[in-house]
Order: sequence, then C-alpha cells, then structure tokens
Amino acid sequence: MDFLPTLWFVLIAVLWTGYLFLEGFDLGVGMLMKAFARDERERRLLLNTVGPVWDGNEVWLITAGGATFAAFPLWYASLFSSLYIPLVFVLLALIFRAVAFEYRGKVQHDTWRRVWDWAIAVGSLVAAFGIGMMLALTTTGLPLDANGDRVGGPFAWFTWPGVLGGLAVVGFCLIQAAAFLALKTDGGVRHRARALVRRWLPAGLLPLAAWVVLVAVQNGKGFSWILVAVAIAAAVVSWLATRAGREGVGFLAMGAFLLAGSAAIFSGVFPVVLPSTLDHAWDLTVANASSSPYTLGLMSVVAAIGVPLVIAYQAWTYWVFRKRISVHHLPEPHDFAPAIAR
Amino acid sequence: MDALEIARWQFGIVTVYHFLMVPLTIGLGLLVAVLQTVWHRTGKEEYLRATKFWGKLFLINFIMGVATGIVQEFQFGMAWSEYSRFVGDVFGAPLAMESLLAFFVESTFLGLWIFGWKKLPAKIHLACLWVAVVGSVVSAYFILVANSWMQHPVGVQMANGKPHMVDAWAVFTNNTALVAFFHTITGALAVAGAFLLGIAWYHLWRRRRDGIDTVGADGRVVVGESVAIPGRDKADHAVWIKSLRIGAVVAMLAFAGTAISGDMQGKLMFEQQPMKMAAAEAACHDGTSFSILSLGDLSSRDCSKVVAVMEVPGLLSFLAHNDFSTDIKGVNTLVPEYQAKYGTRLPDNPIYGDRAGQPINYVPVMPVTYWGFRMMIGFGGLAALAAFIAFFIARKGTVPESKWLMRLALVGILAPFGANAAGWIFTEMGRQPFVVAPNPAMSGIDQVFMFTAAAVSPGVSAGELVFSLVALGSVYAVLLVVEVRLLTKYIRGGVASAMPELGGHGTGGPGPGGEGGDDVLAFAY
Ligand code: HDD
Ligand code: HEM
Ligand code: HEM
Repeated sequence: MDFLPTLWFVLIAVLWTGYLFLEGFDLGVGMLMKAFARDERERRLLLNTVGPVWDGNEVWLITAGGATFAAFPLWYASLFSSLYIPLVFVLLALIFRAVAFEYRGKVQHDTWRRVWDWAIAVGSLVAAFGIGMMLALTTTGLPLDANGDRVGGPFAWFTWPGVLGGLAVVGFCLIQAAAFLALKTDGGVRHRARALVRRWLPAGLLPLAAWVVLVAVQNGKGFSWILVAVAIAAAVVSWLATRAGREGVGFLAMGAFLLAGSAAIFSGVFPVVLPSTLDHAWDLTVANASSSPYTLGLMSVVAAIGVPLVIAYQAWTYWVFRKRISVHHLPEPHDFAPAIAR
Repeated sequence: MDALEIARWQFGIVTVYHFLMVPLTIGLGLLVAVLQTVWHRTGKEEYLRATKFWGKLFLINFIMGVATGIVQEFQFGMAWSEYSRFVGDVFGAPLAMESLLAFFVESTFLGLWIFGWKKLPAKIHLACLWVAVVGSVVSAYFILVANSWMQHPVGVQMANGKPHMVDAWAVFTNNTALVAFFHTITGALAVAGAFLLGIAWYHLWRRRRDGIDTVGADGRVVVGESVAIPGRDKADHAVWIKSLRIGAVVAMLAFAGTAISGDMQGKLMFEQQPMKMAAAEAACHDGTSFSILSLGDLSSRDCSKVVAVMEVPGLLSFLAHNDFSTDIKGVNTLVPEYQAKYGTRLPDNPIYGDRAGQPINYVPVMPVTYWGFRMMIGFGGLAALAAFIAFFIARKGTVPESKWLMRLALVGILAPFGANAAGWIFTEMGRQPFVVAPNPAMSGIDQVFMFTAAAVSPGVSAGELVFSLVALGSVYAVLLVVEVRLLTKYIRGGVASAMPELGGHGTGGPGPGGEGGDDVLAFAY
C-alpha cells in the first residue's frame, strides 16, 4: 500500500472527524434556536456560546474540501458533482447561517430577528443533513460510470444510506450541542440542556451507530467490529455519566463515540474512497484517485506544520472563552439613531 | 444555452460577487489594524473611535465574504469536475494551503478580536487583529497562485495526459502570481481608501449641515459640539477629518501601486497571452499604437469592421517592451499562429460533448476585453483624481456645504469596486477559449492547456445548473440589498453606532438581573 495516499486518507478522515466534533455543537446550537430557547434572552445566550468560535469551526469543512481537492482530485470531482443539488442546499444553508449570526443583532426589530432565527435554525439543520448525506454516500456508494460521473439523473443520490447519514449527523449535532450547552451555560438553559441529553441521548446517537454498523456489515472486516463495540461502549458511558451528573465525562465520552465511530467507518471502507454502485471496477480508491507523490509530499510538509498550529490556537480560543455564561452576562441590545439633527 | 454556458455565467456571477466583498475585507482590514495600532501607541480617543466604527463596517462586510467564499471552494468540484480532475495535482495544493494556513488564522483570530475587547490584554487583542488581517493577505496570495497557474502554467510535466507538479518553487513564485498579488492588494487598498474618504466626507458635511462645525474668516474650520446628537463632540470631528485624509492618501498611493504593477502585468501578458493583449487593444494589425478609442463592430470577432478613432503611437510598444518602436502582433497575425499550435477544431473527444469537432475561435469577446481594460484603468484613475481633489478641498479641516459634492463623494466609493470587477472580467474572459492558457515558453510536447469547453462537469445537467444559478443568484441579490442597507444604517449612525457608551438611544449597560457589573461581556451578538 502506498504510504502517502494512505496518510492523506487518514488526514482527511481526521479533518472530517474534527469538523463533526467542533461544528457538531455549533450546528446543533443553531438547530436549538427555535425549539429549545424560550425567549429572546435565551436565544442570544445560545448564540453567544458559539459566537467566538463557529467561524473557525466551519473552516474545518473548507479544509476538508480543499484537502480532498489537493490529495484526491478525482474523489473531490466525482463526489461534489454527483451531489450537485444537495450541495447547493448545503451552500445556501451555510450562507444564510453565517450571515444570520452576524446580522441578527444589528437591527432591533422583532420581525428582523425572527427571520434570522429561522435562517440559523433551518440553515443548521439543512447543512448538517446534507453533509451527513454526503459522508454516508461516499462510504456506501453512488452510481458512477467509468469516468467517475454520476448516471441516473439529478436525483440518483436519493437513497436510504444517504438519508441515514443525514439523520446521523443531525442527531449527533443535537445531542452534542445539548451536552455543550450544559457545560457552557448557567441557569435555566443549563438545566434543560442536561435534561435533554439525559432523555434523548440514545435516540440521538442511534442513526450514527446504525451507519457505523451498516459500513461494518458491508465491508465485513473483523477489526471494524472491535471499533463498533468501542463506539457503542463510549455512547453508553456518555449516557451513564450524564445521568450521574458528570457532564464533563459525558461530553468526552461522546467525543470518543464519534472518534471510534468514524474510525470504524473510514477504516472499514479503506482503501475505497468512493464506491461505484454500478461496477466495483469503477470504484475510486486511495490509489487511483490520488495526486502525485510529489504533491502529496509537499502537502504533507504543510500539514505537519499547519495542523498542530491550528489545533493549538483553536484550543487557546476555547480556553480564553472558557467561562460559563448566563443571560445575566449579556449586555443590553444597543439601538441607535442616525447622528443627524432632526 | 447549454450546460457549459450556464456554468460559465454562474462562475462569473458568483466570483465577481465574492470579489465585491474581498477587496473591502483586505483593504479595510489593513486600515483598521493600523488605526488600532495608532490608538494603542498614542491613546488618542479619535483613533479608538475610528477603530470601532470602521471595524463594525469591516465585520458587516467580512461575513458576506466568508459566506460567498464557501461557494467558490465547492463549485470547482460541483460544476467543473473535468477541470478539477485535470488540474487537481497542481491547483488543489494552493487551495488547501489557503484553508489550512490562512482561513483558519483569519477566522479564529477575528473571533478573538471581536469578542476579546476588554477580555484580552490590549497588546494581545491588537495582535489578534494583525494576525487575522495578515491571514487575509496570505489567503489572497494562495488563491492568486492558483489563478495565475491557469494564466501561466509553470512547474509541471505532463504524465498520463495530466499536468503533474514537479517544481513547487516555480508554481509558488510564478511571476504572473507575484505581480497579480501586488496588483490585487493595491487594488484592494484603493477600495478601502475611497470607502474611508466617501463616508468621512458625508459625516463632515453632516456636521456642517447641522450647524456643529462652522468655517471661520480664514476658511479654517471652527469645530463645534452638539449635545443633542449622541457622539457629535469635538473628537468626532477628528475621527472624520483624519479618516478622510488617510483615505485620500491611501487611495492615491494605491492607484500608483496598481499602475506600477499593472504595467508589469502588461509586459508579462504580451509574452504569456499575446492574444489577450491584442484583444484588449482591439488591435487587428501589427503595430505600436495604444488605442484610446476604437469604434465599429468590435463584436464581429473577425476584426474586419474595427476602426481605430484615436491612437497614441508607440505607447502600446512601450507597455510591452519599454520602447516605442517594436511591433506588437495583432489579432490577424496571431490567429493563424494559434491555429497552427493548438488546432483549428476541437478534438473528437467525448468530453467536448456536442462541441466536439467544432471550429475554435481564438479571439476573446473583444468589446469585453477592450472596454474591461479601459474601465479598470479609467475607474481607478477617476477615484485617484477624486481623492486628490478631495484632499485639497478638505485641507482646512472640513468640507463644503454642497449636497452635490457630498453625493459625488459617496458615489465615488463605487469606482474602485468597478475597477476591480472590470479587471477580473478582463483577465478571465481574455483567457478564453482556454481555461488553462497554454504557456508559450513550453515546447510542443510539454504543452499544458485546457479548453474551457472540456472543463465542465459531464454528469451535471443543464437543469441542475439553472437551478443553482437561479437559487444562488436570487439569494445573492437579496443579501446584497440587506448588506448595503445595514452598512447604510451603521454609517448614518456615526461612531455612536459602534460605541454604545457614547450614549444616546438605548444603553449598552449591564443586562437584567443587576448583578452584571464586571461580568458583562464587552461584546455579544
Ligand atoms: C485576492 C483575494 C481573493 C480571491 C481572488 C478569492 N478570495 Fe476567497 N476570500 C478572500 C480572498 C480572495 C479573503 C479576503 O481572504 C476572504 C474574504 C472575506 C473573508 O472572510 O476572507 C475570502 C473568503 C473565502 C472563503 C471563506 C473563508 C472563511 O470561512 O473564513 C473561501 C472558502 C474562499 N474565499 C474561497 C475562494 C475561492 C475558491 C476563490 C477562487 C475562485 C476565491 N476565494 C477568490
Ligand atoms: C483563484 C481565483 C480564480 C480561479 C481559480 C478562477 C477560475 C475560473 C474558472 C474555472 C472559470 C470557468 C471557466 C470559464 O468560463 O472561463 C472562470 C471564469 C470566470 N472567472 Fe475566474 N477564477 C478566479 C478568480 C476570479 C475572480 C476573483 C473573478 C472576478 C471577480 C473571476 C472572474 C471570472 C469570470 C467573469 C469568469 C467568466 C468568464 C467567461 O464566462 O468567459 N475569476 N474563472
Ligand atoms: C494604470 C493602471 C492599471 C494598469 C496598467 C493595469 C493593468 C492590468 C493588467 C495588464 C491586468 C491583466 C493581467 C492578466 O490578465 O494577466 C490587470 C488585471 C487586474 N486589474 Fe488592473 N491595471 C490598472 C489599474 C487597476 C486598478 C485601479 C484596479 C482596481 C482598483 C485594478 C484591478 C485589477 C484586477 C482586480 C485585475 C485582475 C486580477 C489580476 O490579474 O491581478 N487595476 N490590470
């Protein structure tokens, strides 16, 4: 097995896992804006738990895309063009969500805020679902021809594994976000978030666990099942710890669940990066989809410097903003009139 | 229209749109960082206020750059999959480096800056802004390396029908990229300069209109104060006059920078893409003259109907070679040369779809290249001239009471935006029919080039592209209106819009519950 393409496959798996872990809670917090937060103050509280970090989290997605382009151009081209319509929705969702974070508080008007609240809630939901769908389909396959192009029309991606992947990421984000809020806030929001995790954790994580099992069945590798077992054990620990009031442990165990689950998925499909459901001779693999060793070598040097740096300064950001916040910490919204004489 | 044409319209529209936000982010970011540094050094109130005010506008714009940037990153794979497969080995690398080395830095440290007021030590807070701003400049470098490789492919060898990177140094020090970087950054500063100038003019005018500032017998400003309007004190005047002067100086210097770098680009272009330059001049026959005005049917694309009305002899030759007598090849000479090298018809290959076997037109759409080139220079020059005049008019500390001049100053903000858009449209459309333009310095077997007709995703239908074009187009249109209205609201609010502590309507005091005090965040959404 070629070393560099394998290394890059692992790195891309790491980027996706990092993305789901970090943006997991800010997407989830976004989804909770409508149903969970009870009033304006709670909605602002939710927003501000992720305010300083959501944009940095989103760059994990951009980097996962860019790294796929650089290291496996054929994978990037086939996956992104096959999922054209869902990705248009993901892009629209991410656009609305990003703009809403920044613009929502800039006009003191109920309708204005309500529109952007919806943009955040629906945008987060659609983005999470679409990305989950894309990740699931790259592990379970798309109808691709010999050139790697989709056959079967604009909706050929609409399959059960895709829907399962969408649900998996949405469910995970919701639980992850509730666990995050329980750690990051104080007061009523904290208590309700904790109750949400206690009650809904098994249901929320189930679709992701099902996808992990699906990939393990499909590939039939022995060690996959060990990782599956680890993932499920971690989910159970997370649930028990949260019920026992150990929120920190519960949050970490949920991270372990994601890590083991995605390790099971990515190692399960390896060395195939995007199977063709029409003919396995047309599968895109680590070997036939990758860039030249020269490019991969160059990118490895860049990643060896860049990735640890990113992790270091993002960790620092979380440390700077580590304090729990509650509705009492929010400044009053600030309105103003044009600086002119009337 | 077929899939290819829709995909091209879509790429052009979303990219030009993204580039409305980009130059303002880069240019204004640098200026805000400078303002905060001056405040840090001198402790003068007006620089703090300027930092907060311009910083607010910067953020309103920045987020739109982020939102539209993600589309850019995804669309290569979505709509241009054949292109991505062909160039991935070289083109993906700068894109990935941009994310890893620039976007992470930009977004993370900007988050720290926004939410870190009073939370971080002042020095570190300032450093965070600088790091974020340098990140945006670095991101421009990487993306321009990628783009310049399409204009001038270097550092590669063909293997299995695809370019493979063999010399990263050549790719990352591509002369086309280095001058484009210089040109783009100075172009971005031109935008920021005009932005500061126009808005500062508006506020100085407003202060005179409201009777706060008056003009003494010697024509000098007499700075006043109004208790009735929040934030309209004496420091407020200093914010605007200093912003105006900084903006004017930056706009003038930036134009000089674009002229110097643009001249360098012109010289490279004669070597690397002679057809683009000939088309930019609507130059049919060989010659040395730079056209000021050419009329006739530029769009005929066969040159028979173009009439040169006004020309400067020798100037074209100077732009290309620094002398006045070397003949520059015109379109009529170049077309047969291109046909001999790259064929007269598209190959009979299925990736060309219906276009396989059709004749190739090597002449770009001339009205676009010709007028694009002139609009870029014209709008840029106009903005610089306006900055010069404005600087002169405001030398005694304020601006005249004329409403028309004020309107002109505000409209002037648009000129450098127009210059930037025109520059890109000229550069990209002048490259047609190639998406990767051939590098004439490479020998026949090494030739790396790709026709745009081969680049589009074969699996994506015209219907899907229409859907995305309509969806993205309408969302972009709505968001542009929202952004401009929000900017207008904050601009009209003056400094008080960014600094609740200046008093006025609604306070920025502690939240409910009273126990806030020191615990209240200095900034929250
Ligand atoms: C010369 C500069 C320049 C050019 C030609 C482009 N961009 Fe851009 N881009 C920037 C300069 C920039 C920036 C200044 O760095 C932005 C603008 C606002 C921002 O947040 O960063 C940005 C944002 C931005 C983002 C969001 C980053 C984030 O979330 O922080 C992405 C993914 C891209 N861009 C990708 C692209 C691609 C794929 C382009 C090519 C077609 C492109 N940009 C053209
Ligand atoms: C690194 C940055 C860029 C890359 C990689 C890039 C690449 C491309 C590609 C692949 C196309 C499609 C093929 C075609 O129709 O020519 C294109 C077209 C185009 N690009 Fe760029 N571009 C970049 C930056 C920009 C920017 C910043 C602008 C303007 C703001 C721009 C303006 C255009 C326009 C107007 C077209 C349409 C040309 C036509 O329809 O003939 N590009 N570019
Ligand atoms: C005397 C003034 C100028 C000259 C001689 C000049 C020259 C050029 C040339 C030759 C190109 C094409 C490069 C290529 O296709 O390879 C170009 C591109 C461009 N110009 Fe200018 N330019 C001038 C002023 C400006 C101004 C004032 C702005 C903006 C404020 C601007 C913005 C751009 C942009 C954004 C591009 C496309 C990106 C690039 O290739 O760098 N230019 N310019």
